[in-house]
Amino acid sequence: MTTWHEYLRKEGQPPSWPYPIRFGQEQEIETDVLVIGGGIAGCWAAISAARQGLRVALVEKGDTVRSGAGGPGCDHWCDTPANPLSRVTPDDWAKHMADRPYCNGIGVQIQCRENYDTLLEMEQMGGKIRDTGNEYAGAEGRDDKTKFMISPRYGTIHSYFPDPRMGEPNFNPPEKRNNVVIRVWGSTFKPALKKECKRLGVKIFDRVMGTSLLTENGIQGARVIGATGLNDRTGEFMIFKSKATILSTAGGGSMWLMSMELGGYSNMHSRTMSGDGTIMAWKAGAELTRMESTGMVMIATGLKHKWYSGAGDASYENVPLVDAKGKRLPLPIQGWVDAGAMVPAPGVEAKIREGIMKGEYELPFYGDFPSMSDVERRATWKLMLGEESTTRIIIDTFEKAGFDPSRDLLQSYKFIEGQSLPQWRDAGYGGGILVDWNLKTTLDGLYAAGSQMFAPEDHSHAAATGRYAGRKAAAYASETGLSKISRDQIEAEKARVFAPVKRSSGVEWKELHAGIARVMQYYVSEFKTESLLNIGLSALQKIEAETVPSLYAVDPHKLMRSLEDLTMLEFAKIIIQASLARKASSMPLNFQRIDFPTMDPPEWNKFLTIKMENNKVKTGERPQAFWGDMKQQYEAHNQDYQGVYKGK
Amino acid sequence: MSQEKVFAIPNITTPNNPVLFNPEICDGCNTCVETCQIDVYIPNPQEGKPPIILHPEECWYCGCCANDCPRPGALQFNWPLELRGYWKNKKTGKVNQL
Repeated sequence: MTTWHEYLRKEGQPPSWPYPIRFGQEQEIETDVLVIGGGIAGCWAAISAARQGLRVALVEKGDTVRSGAGGPGCDHWCDTPANPLSRVTPDDWAKHMADRPYCNGIGVQIQCRENYDTLLEMEQMGGKIRDTGNEYAGAEGRDDKTKFMISPRYGTIHSYFPDPRMGEPNFNPPEKRNNVVIRVWGSTFKPALKKECKRLGVKIFDRVMGTSLLTENGIQGARVIGATGLNDRTGEFMIFKSKATILSTAGGGSMWLMSMELGGYSNMHSRTMSGDGTIMAWKAGAELTRMESTGMVMIATGLKHKWYSGAGDASYENVPLVDAKGKRLPLPIQGWVDAGAMVPAPGVEAKIREGIMKGEYELPFYGDFPSMSDVERRATWKLMLGEESTTRIIIDTFEKAGFDPSRDLLQSYKFIEGQSLPQWRDAGYGGGILVDWNLKTTLDGLYAAGSQMFAPEDHSHAAATGRYAGRKAAAYASETGLSKISRDQIEAEKARVFAPVKRSSGVEWKELHAGIARVMQYYVSEFKTESLLNIGLSALQKIEAETVPSLYAVDPHKLMRSLEDLTMLEFAKIIIQASLARKASSMPLNFQRIDFPTMDPPEWNKFLTIKMENNKVKTGERPQAFWGDMKQQYEAHNQDYQGVYKGK
Repeated sequence: MSQEKVFAIPNITTPNNPVLFNPEICDGCNTCVETCQIDVYIPNPQEGKPPIILHPEECWYCGCCANDCPRPGALQFNWPLELRGYWKNKKTGKVNQL
């Protein structure tokens, strides 16, 4: 008896809510540094601030032990040019990464300068980063002295740069490799981070969703002095008073939801990724940027085959792809020989499609694990896939069912599952909070880290920027005091948060989510024009005016989902407003305006910013590379940087 | 024929059963309840019994609950039918499915 229906049939009644109900009851917490979002960046921020001897509170909607946009594991520690095997300097690699238009040069520089120190600290805390058990002795890229496992990823150049030579033999010869990506045992990381938080006395508030930021005198744009939260199991209302606050929740998630029924099952990421922090910052008056940038969902749980829910395909990276008759496909695989691109050039796929239609290649395709050398196969299957976020359970299931990578070909779903529809989109393409060299937002007292910032990168970026933001926020908190909270601001937020539980009928969160998603699919997809975007904005405003007042929730969990919907509604409106403001198309932003078809005209080669001032939307702009000289700026802001932590 | 009482209940959400518990092995420690980021589960009102799957349609199949279960065999992942992958024996050409 494990499903709800079985319980009902056996007991004759549904189970009671298992946690105490405390709707509206208040709990007040005073802290020096408040961190909202307990994923990779948030844990690192909390640890880093706590090391300065300050009181730290960490707020997490799920449970810190396995939470985060990156999921529960980590397969690669990317872009680590300071590691001893690297052939490139941190500043040079950061510069190379920052050559991508609309990237975040500040985050990239911090990542390249500090993520190796961060990795060594991860090891101090109990994370496994080396092949200490000699499991992969003899593997290419394994260094016998340090026992680090260098990955073929980003060998010659960063694989996000499409290079026509990628995939050609000898594109990535050993002497040209930069050695900047390290294979790690990342499933050990999150539990170790939570343990370290506890050891350092960080007060962890699991199952608490941040709902709003508190500002001095309750004024939009003023200093941030705390936050409110909702316990998503009990409905208790949390009031946090802080000297400095760090936002480290993920970016926006499922605004273009694919299946109208399945709230969690048809997204790129988990449903918990709903843009909470971005919207808290927005309402408080912080400036956001790149909000017009969205992308197609290439793969998602339930939408297509499940392998990674967020990234590539196991039978693509490192593993040669063959057709049904065993013929090798000309597809770059990011392996040692070819160092292919993360996403192959469209021409490559088109050529294979042509071959399929002509009978040159027979479907379905397979990942040819048996053709790999034993040690490379194990490193790919057990280490890369076994330690990645959501793939561990998949390889376990395959093994239990009798799959043996030394004997069997793993089916690839390329082509047979069809292309993604352009209406299936994702907001997680770089929109986020604007930050400066202290990772401070445009509001005093408020910092951002990880995928909360605009143009984030990967796991090691989240870790390094979290650690950095914790340090900077702690320095600020040491020199400032607590401020008096505005009771009016608290009351207004309580009224908003608990409105859905005061109703017992109306519209439930799933229908609201579906309604928002449909508007986005119709009016904010590949076809963007002034009039389509305006119809979309009006439709969202209509939902806000007519449907939101009837939103209802019957328990704290559904209240959390309802509040996430309200966040997504706001996020969706910002995407439209930012899209209206950019009157040009842009390739790197994946942004096509039918009424402004010229791609990347020079006068639009700039960041657009957006914020609220007196509750009115205000747009602005920043030039490309507005962060200045990355090396100089980093050094000017970090003269006191101590390197790897030596304290207790 | 079963003489059990028949209730009037809404359609069952699909997929409905992301994991299968083995009540012989599961001791109701609720590690999965705490590890799940979504709150797919709630603790069973009866102590020592496997949790109840309350929000199956919110599951994104990340696998945390199964990975971190301290009692091997207590909790088995149950992939929805449409997500059961295929493989092929390279020598014999026999195609298998999860």
